[in-house]
Amino acid sequence: MSGASTTAHSVVEPSANSKRLAGFLVILYAVVSMVPLAWIFATGWKTPPDSISYPPKVVFNPSLEGYCNLFTTRTRQTAEYIAALGAPNGECDEVTRRREMVIAGASNYLPRFANSLIIAFGSTFLAVSLGVFSAYAFSRFKIPLADDLLFFILSTRMMPPIAVAIPIYLMYRALGLSDSALGMILLYTAVNVSLAVWLLKGFIDEIPREYEEAAMIDGYTRLQAFFKVVLPQAATGIAATAIFCMIFAWNEYAFAVLLTSGQAQTAPPFIPTIIGEGGMDWPAVGAGTTLFLIPIVVFTVLLRKHLLRGITFGAVRK
Amino acid sequence: MAEIRVENLHKSFGDFAAVKNSNFTVADGEFFVLLGPSGCGKTTTLRMIAGLELPTSGRILLGGDDVTFKRAAERDIAFVFQLFALYPHMNVRDNIGFSLKCQGFKKAEIRRRVDEAGRILRIEHILDKSVSGLSSGDRQRVALGRAIVREPMCFLMDEPLGALDSEFRHLMCGELRGLHNRLKATTVYVTHDQLEAMSMADKIAVMSGGLVEQFGTPQEIYQRPVSMFVADFIGSPPMNFLRFQSGLARGTAEARLGDAFIQMPAVHEDVAPSNLVLGVRPEHIRFDDASPLRGAVYGAEYLGTTQVVTIDTEFGQVKARTNSHIQVAPGAHVGLRLNPDRLSLFHGEGGRAINTALFEGGFHG
Repeated sequence: MSGASTTAHSVVEPSANSKRLAGFLVILYAVVSMVPLAWIFATGWKTPPDSISYPPKVVFNPSLEGYCNLFTTRTRQTAEYIAALGAPNGECDEVTRRREMVIAGASNYLPRFANSLIIAFGSTFLAVSLGVFSAYAFSRFKIPLADDLLFFILSTRMMPPIAVAIPIYLMYRALGLSDSALGMILLYTAVNVSLAVWLLKGFIDEIPREYEEAAMIDGYTRLQAFFKVVLPQAATGIAATAIFCMIFAWNEYAFAVLLTSGQAQTAPPFIPTIIGEGGMDWPAVGAGTTLFLIPIVVFTVLLRKHLLRGITFGAVRK
Repeated sequence: MAEIRVENLHKSFGDFAAVKNSNFTVADGEFFVLLGPSGCGKTTTLRMIAGLELPTSGRILLGGDDVTFKRAAERDIAFVFQLFALYPHMNVRDNIGFSLKCQGFKKAEIRRRVDEAGRILRIEHILDKSVSGLSSGDRQRVALGRAIVREPMCFLMDEPLGALDSEFRHLMCGELRGLHNRLKATTVYVTHDQLEAMSMADKIAVMSGGLVEQFGTPQEIYQRPVSMFVADFIGSPPMNFLRFQSGLARGTAEARLGDAFIQMPAVHEDVAPSNLVLGVRPEHIRFDDASPLRGAVYGAEYLGTTQVVTIDTEFGQVKARTNSHIQVAPGAHVGLRLNPDRLSLFHGEGGRAINTALFEGGFHG
């Protein structure tokens, strides 16, 4: 290349080299953050001995044992008893018998997973619904002490929620909400609703009042105008808010450990308790974690366009 | 279509009185303009007529019915917003037909009326487009379409041309007035642009500080302003004010400004010696070297057929609108002759007009 200057490059566009550097850094960061996920995914396909071998095995023969152990409970039997059984019924049976065990029944993973779904979707729906109505009220009506109320709502986020774990534990026990899906839904809603109000208020503030006023003159009540005119335009904000609420409720661990133990237990506290013979059943843990990631990834991918627009919304006026 | 009557309308927001005891009547089929600077209460008044704000006291009658506290939806009015408020998630046809859908009209009827509105506004070709890609003029027409499709008792418009660029605003002014002439719909139109108001209105109410300062035809308001505020707000350039001190007896038709005696409409009341203001429109000043009212030319703006000449006098700076072929040099001393029939007289304190022969009807145009 000659040193002759040209005006072919743009002053505001980044140069090719800085783009390359930025790309490299992004990829580097992505790789670093993907390593634990890749590790979990790989562990799910290892056999128990492979999963704890040292040095760790990067190349290994994939096995279904982790997934089989995740979904089943097993009992040890004598070799004679196993030999007396008929042909193994499917892959899992075969893997289990190789360890001199037989499948005794289904594990608690599926019910725990279902609890997670119910609690996460339930609390997200509640938090976003409450949030959108309160945000609309704060945005449109003259509310006495509105600023103080908004600050009060936000102040619930000023400490880690777990700081109030003990009072909540005692309160839940007294109210009979311990180890119930309703209790967990209410708890996660309470944590998320402040985020939802603040995020959604920003979105609703951006929607000109004229739309509702026009709809009200056209013959709608305020509530109808809210549903037909405001909600469609706030869809982006609602989707972004829902993702944030969903991620929190889906991943929450500390309260779930504290307040659920049996029928309402969610997947996060359940997964680390999967014990095999002689310690943790790491392949089953890996398998359980991998499956646990799927719903939130699907949910985020489905709404990702809204998420991106949601975060940058209002930054630039069109 | 209907008459709108506003009686003693008052609206306070906390301690702030946005509208103070307004009274006016918009006759059936009239194009009525609420004119005033921003913050004068004109939009609040319009929103109370629409039902988007509730008055603190007073009454609003629409076609004889008291609608003061009725919901907006029950008033049978159409509102055109400054920002048009076209629903971005609907196409043009759905936007125009939205109110009919709300009222439960049949699909075929909605289609017929939307097509009709599209024909009147000449926007048939964009009916099936999305509103987001439209030019501001087309958005304006769609907003109007949404109003006319309802065939309401009256149209309320809140600075509907405010978002357009000036060239286009002029065109839409003509279109709006043309539309009004065809539909003969009672219209209340809010603007801060006196040219828009003058060119379109049958009647104007000039508002200031929550009060209706003057209510009348554009001609009345231009020729016989009841206050210095109105005189100054209307006209481009606005009315000139010559300040002087004097007392006037009833029947006097002459004011003494320094050495000059100025003929003016006869005063109908006794005026105690005080600060007074003589008001004269720029087009009612002509150059006359014989006149004892003198000043020095400050500068001239050439406007094609006319020019606006600024003259410094001992009573204040005045602007005269003259034929542009008259040569004036900056610094030249000139005599000014004021048209005696067209002079306004105001109290220097408070700016109210003094009752003179000017207010005795009769000289429009």
